[in-house]
Amino acid sequence: MAQFSVNGMHIRGIAAAVPSAVESNFDYTRISEQERAMLVKTTGISNRRIASEGITTADLCQASAEKIISELNWDRSEIDLLIFVSQSPDYFLPASSIVLQGKLGLSKTVAAFDINLGCSGYVYGLSVLASMMATGGFRKALLLAGDISTVGITPKDKSTWPLFGDAGTATAIEYDSRAQSFFNLQSDGQGYETIIIPDGGLRNPINEKTFVEEEHDPGVVRHRRNLWLNGMDVFNFSVREAPQNVTAVMNNAGVSAEAVDYFIFHQANKLMVETIRKKLKIPTEKVPYSLGDFGNTSSASIPLTIASQLQNESHQPHSWIFSGFGVGLSWASVYLKTDHIVCPNIIEI
Amino acid sequence: MDTIEEFISKVEQELDGIPKGSLTAQSNYRDIPEWSSMHALIIIALAETEYDFSLTGEDLRSCQTVQQLYDLIKSRKS
Repeated sequence: MAQFSVNGMHIRGIAAAVPSAVESNFDYTRISEQERAMLVKTTGISNRRIASEGITTADLCQASAEKIISELNWDRSEIDLLIFVSQSPDYFLPASSIVLQGKLGLSKTVAAFDINLGCSGYVYGLSVLASMMATGGFRKALLLAGDISTVGITPKDKSTWPLFGDAGTATAIEYDSRAQSFFNLQSDGQGYETIIIPDGGLRNPINEKTFVEEEHDPGVVRHRRNLWLNGMDVFNFSVREAPQNVTAVMNNAGVSAEAVDYFIFHQANKLMVETIRKKLKIPTEKVPYSLGDFGNTSSASIPLTIASQLQNESHQPHSWIFSGFGVGLSWASVYLKTDHIVCPNIIEI
Repeated sequence: MDTIEEFISKVEQELDGIPKGSLTAQSNYRDIPEWSSMHALIIIALAETEYDFSLTGEDLRSCQTVQQLYDLIKSRKS
């Protein structure tokens, strides 16, 4: 069982960057007014940010990293670990983390690598970073997480287009031997087709049929380089697995839900997160949402929620559960404490 | 487990926008005006929170009426 605790990871700051272009779901006229109202009410998503052509996830993460390094007045030469979590890298190769090491002007002594995960990626990224920091061999680290998901979706597909937004984040972490984190990581490859972009990798290389659009259901037109989402199955998976995963983390850490100040869930869909919240019997004030303004921002959703919703709270000591679940299928939670997270204003690019 | 009447009442309450008393045990839930995947998610959420029951998309596709849905949840709960 992938449950463990490690000492050493202390979150010092979180910055987030989003594209300045806003897309409102109230303007999504491919569906009826009644369906639109139902969509906004059920998903909780009113607005999303859409990256203009030429802006990449790495660009958004780089802006966030620059901001948090500056806010914390960090000496760049002391940063010795950089992890980039994304499913929308700049290139097939090399890894975007290494490109970013160069662009951020970090030392060549930095360990830099990518992690290819989506909704669960922030917590997985923290777990890898925490485990490395626990060795005592790293002083300062950056976890860059985000996605430009809108490049894989089309307005012709009502099952994906109104849901996703773009964002990139940077979490600044320092070594502190007293800081303890409890992780629970899970995977289910049987569900790999639940959320998938079928073509473009080596399994299904781009071919003459890749960009042929097909209507799978009324209002669901997509080609094989688009994101395919089986909403019902992912909903069912998330409300079944996430509460169990979170409960196991709390049991392992020896804390109750009452003792946790905030539960930051992956921002997939408000009905989904509310169902998880009710199953865990958590009061509403402990579960903030950023999806109303930003939609589902993949691996950026947890840090973006903290940076956008708890900017005025984050300077106080808090205990947290972060929980991500989705594409893979992959899901993970962490329990940790912070004493003062610096959260600058959201950057718009 | 709730009675069928209580189940119907909860479904109507969650799917707000449909008039109270408009659903019966024999109603086909796909006939609800403007039925969409959002309605399906609301029913799945209801099954999770009220009955601690994981209703799948396949379950929803295989059932036709509110009664069949109720019977499915009840049979797996008992």
